Amino acid sequence: MMRQAACGLLLLLATAGTASADPDGQSFDQISRGRYLAALGDCAACHTIPGGPLYGGGRPLETPFGTLLAPNLTPDRETGIGAWTEEQFVAALRDGKFPGGHLYPAMPYTYYTRMTRDDALAIRAYLATVEPVRNDVVANQLPFPFGIRASMVGWNELFFTPGEFKPVAGKSAEWNRGAYLVEGLGHCGMCHTEKNFLGGDHTSRALQGGVLQGWFSPNVTGDAHTGVGGWSVDDIVEYLQTGHNRIAAATGPMSEVITNSTSKLDHEDLAAIATYLKDTAPQSGAAPVPLAANDAAMRAGAAVYTDHCAACHAAAGTGIVGLFPSLKGSSSVQSVDATSLIRVVLEGAQSVATDPAPTGASMPSFGWKLNDDQIAAAITYIRNSWGNAASPVSAGDVGKSRKQLSQATP
Amino acid sequence: MSISRRDLLTGTALSLTFSLASAQARTIAGALPWEPEAAIPPPRVEPGPWQFFTADEAAAVEAIADRLIPPDPETPGGKDAGCAVFIDRQLAGPYGSARALYMRPPFREGTPQQGQQSPLTPAMRYRQGLAALDKYCRQAFGGKAFAQLPDEQKDKVLTGMQKGPIVFEGASAPALFEQLLNNTREGFFADPTYGGNRNMVGWKMIGFPGARYDYRDWVDRHNERYPLPPVGIGGTRA
Amino acid sequence: MTRRLPSTDAVIIGLGWTGSILAEALTRAGLNVVAIERGPWRDTATDFPTTYAQDELRYHIRHDLFLRPRQETFTFRHNANETALPMRAWGSFMPPNGVGGGGVHWNAETWRFLPSDFQQRSHNIERYGKNFLPDDMTIQDWGITYDDIEPYYDRFEYLCGTSGIAGNVKGVIKEGGNPFEGPRSREYPTPGQKQPFGPTLFAKAAIETGFKPFPQPSGNLSQAYTNPLGVTLGPCTYCGFCEWFGCGNYSKASPQTTILPVLVRRQNFQARTQCEVVKINLDKSGKRATGVTYIDSNGESWEQPAELVLLCAFQLFNVHMLLSSGIGQPYNPSTNEGVIGRNYSYQVTSSVNAFFEDKIFNPFISSGSIGMCVDDFNGDNFDHGELGFIGGGYIGAVQTNGRPLQSTNLPAGSPSWGADWKKLVKENYLRTYQTVTHGGCCSYRDAYLDLDPTYTDAFGRKLLRINFDFHPNELKMSQYLTDRVADITQKMGPKHMDKFPRTGPYNSTIYQTTHTCGGVVMGADPKTSALNRYLQSWDVPNLFVTGASAFPQNAGYNPTNTVAALAFMAGDAIVNQYLKAPGRPLVQA
Repeated sequence: MMRQAACGLLLLLATAGTASADPDGQSFDQISRGRYLAALGDCAACHTIPGGPLYGGGRPLETPFGTLLAPNLTPDRETGIGAWTEEQFVAALRDGKFPGGHLYPAMPYTYYTRMTRDDALAIRAYLATVEPVRNDVVANQLPFPFGIRASMVGWNELFFTPGEFKPVAGKSAEWNRGAYLVEGLGHCGMCHTEKNFLGGDHTSRALQGGVLQGWFSPNVTGDAHTGVGGWSVDDIVEYLQTGHNRIAAATGPMSEVITNSTSKLDHEDLAAIATYLKDTAPQSGAAPVPLAANDAAMRAGAAVYTDHCAACHAAAGTGIVGLFPSLKGSSSVQSVDATSLIRVVLEGAQSVATDPAPTGASMPSFGWKLNDDQIAAAITYIRNSWGNAASPVSAGDVGKSRKQLSQATP
Repeated sequence: MSISRRDLLTGTALSLTFSLASAQARTIAGALPWEPEAAIPPPRVEPGPWQFFTADEAAAVEAIADRLIPPDPETPGGKDAGCAVFIDRQLAGPYGSARALYMRPPFREGTPQQGQQSPLTPAMRYRQGLAALDKYCRQAFGGKAFAQLPDEQKDKVLTGMQKGPIVFEGASAPALFEQLLNNTREGFFADPTYGGNRNMVGWKMIGFPGARYDYRDWVDRHNERYPLPPVGIGGTRA
Repeated sequence: MTRRLPSTDAVIIGLGWTGSILAEALTRAGLNVVAIERGPWRDTATDFPTTYAQDELRYHIRHDLFLRPRQETFTFRHNANETALPMRAWGSFMPPNGVGGGGVHWNAETWRFLPSDFQQRSHNIERYGKNFLPDDMTIQDWGITYDDIEPYYDRFEYLCGTSGIAGNVKGVIKEGGNPFEGPRSREYPTPGQKQPFGPTLFAKAAIETGFKPFPQPSGNLSQAYTNPLGVTLGPCTYCGFCEWFGCGNYSKASPQTTILPVLVRRQNFQARTQCEVVKINLDKSGKRATGVTYIDSNGESWEQPAELVLLCAFQLFNVHMLLSSGIGQPYNPSTNEGVIGRNYSYQVTSSVNAFFEDKIFNPFISSGSIGMCVDDFNGDNFDHGELGFIGGGYIGAVQTNGRPLQSTNLPAGSPSWGADWKKLVKENYLRTYQTVTHGGCCSYRDAYLDLDPTYTDAFGRKLLRINFDFHPNELKMSQYLTDRVADITQKMGPKHMDKFPRTGPYNSTIYQTTHTCGGVVMGADPKTSALNRYLQSWDVPNLFVTGASAFPQNAGYNPTNTVAALAFMAGDAIVNQYLKAPGRPLVQA
């Protein structure tokens, strides 16, 4: 169960001598702001084991290079960060360095580097109010040679550009706030930007989508076809706040982001994020031409769709707002990469539940029922119907996904 | 609780159609539970060796199915529709062993409105009943088994079982007949995944579209034939 | 050895409709609530998804969603001249099991009772005289009025998004609705469902006959809807796999689609599944419940202490629980004393099969609560003076499905197998339509529930014994209603029609309805009731018992709306009154 920060505050006010105890209004504001920023940065997603003590660490992170365990961020002096100085804390977030050497970029310092020193200190002040937990986490579980932290020097040389965010002249305050959040604490590119084989960002394709842990995180640039260009600012805000909007429903790893992070942000910040994202450079090139309706795959797909999909997503692909996502006009349906689409059909999906949108409807799994040809045809059909246009999906693609899912650790 | 994905089986373990399998007690709090691939689909019966019937029993049941639902130029009969396969797999599973029923003694005969009070499971009823039928036929028809009789003779036997005056030794003829009639119909009209209604012939015969789930565009179309072919739970159209 | 758990504010036995309604009300008020459910957790995408929910064999024939008789059953006899024998397989009713209870696999027919139904005894005596009622008829007034319960009917309908057309809004009769219904405070939350061919034809014939047909109030929604808790339901797609089946696309009102998503998110709520409560425990005085004892799936025994106990299981199990726990005085039919088990009643249904030459009905395009109905012959909506019975029911075209194994009705006298049978089935399947009547059932001295002397369940407890048969009043009513619906059906133009009024003796092997009622009835007098108007036990004030077990007799409508409304009323009373003085009776007898 997560401790409420209020408890932490009471602890702070009641006992002298812990952390930066200065029980006046300014300190309260800083801690409060730090709590907000920690939610923005979604620190708990890695540093808290679900159901475990807040920021107690120990949660495993699977990287392509091996496993890391997220450290203990509670104020415990021996096993947490209670003994760290201000400089050490700020350096960890912004420089990727900690008292034990280099951090691995699974910790998003490549993004957090953009945050201001004040914001970093606010987070530190908040973390100091959390209940101390004794948990000696050995973070580095990577095999040789990745387990050598010093090797990060070279990696950082290639892929890390340290430095605080600089507002862009000529852009609105809202845009700059959005940029600060998305490119900094929000670390959206961590999932939504394609990675190269060494795990660095393909910066030329920033925010245009990426595959991670068997999911394709969609394009969130202003591209009208495959990004959020067709979403209004309100659409984006609603999605981040509730997990649902008139077209889409969040599922998979994004569910946690919404539950732990974006649903806790204020409207202004969400609108800023939306404003910034809509202004990011779309992919060049026109939208693809849709497959003709009498194409063999389309005809086969239409039959599968009518028989198995229309009962929820409707014959016209429009779904039901708040319950079944619209396939028509959906940017994620028209994604360049169909990994998430295939996955959702094979194993089903549960949409996120939030207080404003608590329904949390789920899609059943079809992997046992439909074969690779049927699934490929159906997905090809939805990607090219009702005004949609995207590359077809092959039975081989589906077969590959099936294999990967059955091999993945549960 | 992991409602783990059950693999499709080729006709054994029809326990999948039953949630009798004692699942573990669990506590639900905080969120609606969900797991990927969570599903308990029905089994996909494949043709293969008999799992309950002996060869002779199967021959008798196939012959009976073909009289209860005879073949005609437009629609196969009970045999080709797979009714005997259906019944065989059902009897091999929890239905056959009456796993769902209350089978505690004492067993007393009551009024017809108080229902079945027999300790016989469907599997026992078939085993004993088919043996009794076989004995009856061999005695009455010079050593011939039911399947070897001409069709009119088969029909006479079935009628005699259903309404009398045929009496079996060691089994109830009307009870066996009722069991056969119910199970044969089930086999003819149930989803083809269970082994009967092969190629959805039963559904095609009557015009039932099967496992479809969306008729919104058809509610207002009154007095019009629905044009789409039937679909099975297995995912394919007829 | 029974291990004791930490105490909680409230324990709920059975997480079906009423358990969910009360859990939501009490957790909203800040209580810690533990709900203990004998069956499994049930969820749409896992347990009845659109990928395999439409399986007639599995769910209708093999009863996959229901309780298994092996786990718990009842014995049955018509009267004391017979020996009660176990219901070894289900027949006339289908007891639910699992989270959501009957709310998962009901039709979602969402009717209100008539104002006069709540005063059935006094109303009929006033109109027809005391001698009109047979001596052994034990119907009684409910202790509440329609006006008392109206706001709670409204609450359930708006929770579900019920689809319908109001017939009476604040006393103003509205076109298209049921002109006989009690006044409602506002319209239905969603419009009436679109009707397929059969009900449309029936409605035309009904109008020609001089009646005012209206769409059946339906929990299969006509359009998407978000309820006051913020939960969204979708539109019904007329799949024809409704009653006995779970809904795969969130379009049938159930605890799953209306309450549970919000309930599980509350920190003060916890559900325990696959745990069977076997006893409600009392303190030494016998006047206070201390909690419950339950057995988990490993056979381990646990005690869950609680300040408040809510018995929210299905009607028959409520009675069984009280008898097995020694709560309340068991009914003795000879002396007419005691209340637990008293006034058991049922539902009296009938049907008419109509066969047409020239019409295509597409019976598979349907829903559980589809249909056009006529209410002229329900309750006391008509003059019974010359008829020799009281009560009535709705009549209508409410065919819910075209599932083949249930839908091979043939003209009476047709062969049941062979080439001719096959040919007739092929010719008639699309061209057959069934109309029905749905009548009430009075209570009688000799219709009751008690414990069987011989048979036991898996826990060694005596089985509940059902003592029941139809009385002449009900059979006359059924004959009359069947004739009335036949009159209308005839006007639809069939080439042949067969009538099947309900006849005696009561047959426990043929499915009729699962509307078993009574046994823990509510009322104003503790001598003839077990509960007060808030469903609070007269004997044990910190025990409330919801469900149709509270009905003193059954009206001519499906019970769920009334069951749910009473639960809402109880919930309000607990939160607004009881919690201010816990342990005290809310009504002085």
